[in-house]
Amino acid sequence: MNAPLTRREFLARGGALVVSFSLAPAAFGAAQEPQNPGKAPEAAPKLPGNLGKAPLLDSWIRIDANGAITVFTGKAELGQGIKTALIQVAAEELVVDPRSITLVTADTARTPDEGYTAGSQSMQHSGTAIMHASAQVRAILVALASQRLAVPSTQLTVHLGTIRANDGRSMTYGQLVTGETLHVNATPESPLRDPKTRGVMGKSMQRVDIPAKVTGAPIYVQDLRLPAMAHARVVRPPSYEAKLAAVDMAPVQKLPGVLKIVRNGSFLAVVAEREYQAVVAMRELAKRCKWEERASLPPPTELYSHIQKLPAEDYVNLGGAAEGALGPGTISATYRRPYQMHASIGPSCAVGHAQDGVVTIYSHTQGVYPLRAAIAEMLQAPVERVRVIHMEGSGCYGHNGADDAGADAALIATAFPGRPVRVQWMREDEHTWEPYGSVMVSTARARLDGPNVIDWQYEVWSAAHSTRPGPAGHLAPARHIETPFPPPQPKPLPLPAGGGNRNAIPPYTFRNARVVHHFVPAPPLRVSALRALGAYHNVFAAESFMDELALAAKADPIDFRLRHIEDPRARDVISACAERFGWSQYKRQRNRGRGFGYSRYKNLAAYCAVAVEVEVDRESGLVRPLRAVAAIDSGEAVNPDGIRNQTEGGIIQSISWTLYEAVAFDRTRVTSKDWSTYPILRFSNVPESVDVHIITRPGMPFLGTGEAAQGPTAAAIANAVADAIGARIRDLPLTRTRVKAAAGLV
Amino acid sequence: MITLDVNGKAQQVDADPATPLLYVLRDHLQLNGAKFGCGLGQCGACTVLVDGQPVFSCVTPIAALERRRITTVEGLGTLENPGAVQRAFIEEQAAQCGYCIPGMMMRAQALLERNPAPSKAEIRKHMNANLCRCGTHMRIVRAVERAAALMKGSR
Repeated sequence: MNAPLTRREFLARGGALVVSFSLAPAAFGAAQEPQNPGKAPEAAPKLPGNLGKAPLLDSWIRIDANGAITVFTGKAELGQGIKTALIQVAAEELVVDPRSITLVTADTARTPDEGYTAGSQSMQHSGTAIMHASAQVRAILVALASQRLAVPSTQLTVHLGTIRANDGRSMTYGQLVTGETLHVNATPESPLRDPKTRGVMGKSMQRVDIPAKVTGAPIYVQDLRLPAMAHARVVRPPSYEAKLAAVDMAPVQKLPGVLKIVRNGSFLAVVAEREYQAVVAMRELAKRCKWEERASLPPPTELYSHIQKLPAEDYVNLGGAAEGALGPGTISATYRRPYQMHASIGPSCAVGHAQDGVVTIYSHTQGVYPLRAAIAEMLQAPVERVRVIHMEGSGCYGHNGADDAGADAALIATAFPGRPVRVQWMREDEHTWEPYGSVMVSTARARLDGPNVIDWQYEVWSAAHSTRPGPAGHLAPARHIETPFPPPQPKPLPLPAGGGNRNAIPPYTFRNARVVHHFVPAPPLRVSALRALGAYHNVFAAESFMDELALAAKADPIDFRLRHIEDPRARDVISACAERFGWSQYKRQRNRGRGFGYSRYKNLAAYCAVAVEVEVDRESGLVRPLRAVAAIDSGEAVNPDGIRNQTEGGIIQSISWTLYEAVAFDRTRVTSKDWSTYPILRFSNVPESVDVHIITRPGMPFLGTGEAAQGPTAAAIANAVADAIGARIRDLPLTRTRVKAAAGLV
Repeated sequence: MITLDVNGKAQQVDADPATPLLYVLRDHLQLNGAKFGCGLGQCGACTVLVDGQPVFSCVTPIAALERRRITTVEGLGTLENPGAVQRAFIEEQAAQCGYCIPGMMMRAQALLERNPAPSKAEIRKHMNANLCRCGTHMRIVRAVERAAALMKGSR
């Protein structure tokens, strides 16, 4: 009797199978939703995480007869270490050695559609799905073993992929599984292991991708070399509105190695045998182009007033009384954030291959399925004719040029079919064409009653924070072709996560509070998701303002925050950070200051508090960050060193944004085109120490990590600078000029 | 034809002498370690050693490199047998996306060949030419310190 149990048989016998494993703690999944026995259920119960998007267990986990385990995720490795954490989750619930697992990431032909790898949601969505799928797979295999060994499952133990009976007989997963065993639907409940017995989750594990990265193994899409692959470069328009009026292609066609020049409207590219031949040909071609350009951008000095004057959609996000803050004793401030860029170290790259009516694109996109849809629309082909395979690129930190490079590859490969073509962006392409983090302005007004905020009024102006593909018009090259796809009208991202209003609603309890979001649909520069989205600016603004209010109330900034916040997990990270920093024993020194910032990312994800100490050189205006301390609660920590690495990186990247970064432009073009015109942080100004303290919550939901620290860091830096120089800077970045001006030295 | 000495091996390369070394390493010799970052000598992702000195391979034409000793990250060790700097970066988990890391390792190697026991301040000063966007700086500095210790232990 070797036939596998059907799902029905399994469920019929299921009650006894899971005794050796505790049931899910209340926090996981929807299984504990209140039952309503009097009424028939109106909808099927929700499956945990992203299991609902692909309910078949073998969409997530396959086991071969030889015991080899393959786990599938629709999420992509972006350098955040997600592969390692997902392997840990699967190994924990399957009770196997993590080294026995092969993980397959985002591929439209192989993995579930999990949308974008974005929003710090991979653990929450994919991690939760894989955790439950693994537990359910284990339970099925235990049930099978119980049947085969004729031993009640309560007397079976599972260890490293082997199920053992008390009498010493055992069966491996590989022996138990047959073709259809795991081809069953997931159920809402899973026999999750007791968090107290964790073997793999919660312990730092070395990242599986790092050895290849330090030895030059081909791991990035930039390293992909398919047989007979050719190389391409795009001659990109010099400005957003530029049209290609004329180009003299003939001399370039004769250059060594040139295979083809592709022109489609204002989209122009060259394909060559060797990579550097493509670079030379691209430069020669660029010299022979006549572009018609238009001065479509506002005067840079008027950017903020321009944004506030543009037509906006107004949304009341928190509906307290509007007039409360008007009156005697009102404190008010305006905070501004310029356009800032992802500025990936490696410019975007993609490989396209058009063959037998199918276009295959290798891309470091954050969303293989949405990019496939966008490319199919651009090529006017059915989606089945496009396959998108994720390969790692340089860190993206949101929507950079990856998808556009994928579209370039699709346009070039279809015009040059049969051979794979690798298209690599130049530095200037990435700097001037990536969609930036949006310009933002906010005004804050508040009234105090003694040490308490009794009225808080906050308004924020912002353009969109996501113009990702999906629609072809979100691909830059699709706007340049003969029959262009115009960019669709952007929409604000809905609350509670939000976009420009992300974290605009304060985490504090005030007697009256009102938050208004002015969504600006048509900003002058191209924008999309940059790590943390609007939370970076809103937390900078709100947490700067909290310090301004604390100063007015003559209160310690941390005491002042704790007075207004109830959530015990928020209080825990605030207190832990303050303690690790030594806030209460702080000794003031000349030209030095300390600052603090807190937020719960998206008001629903990770809790993070950051404290920094800075030194300000009054002569030069240079801000030197001396040390940073963070406390973070991301729910149950799967790979603590991964959380630490991401949080350290978030802090350092935010220091760079906050001290240095603003996209420069003139009336026609973006002028930040390389690292000299868009400087970022170097080793010379990183802090002496960055200390990240993790508060783990075993058995609680995963909350994600990657975007928690940016907002609190910006506020902590601004507050520390204000503490050091005794004057407040409300415009990002905190440049030397601004610091000198605020300190009264200019 | 130009003959280049790459990781101790003589390589015949059929490319225009004006071709920057980076393209020859990646395209002709199929070595992935050196990365294209800016093509302008501003970021250090393409850093390799020439006669032990760190250079930006993206702006160094091969014409200048005959009879010079070129070392890339592939010359430091392999996946199976990583060299001291590579081991140190793995042990410190000094990477996020990792794209800048081979350039960082080559610059660190140059420092450690000259100064086997650099201070933190010397490491930061020396590494200043290379950019990292993920914010892995703290770990990179620790990895260079660890590499120094590993090299000392093996001497």
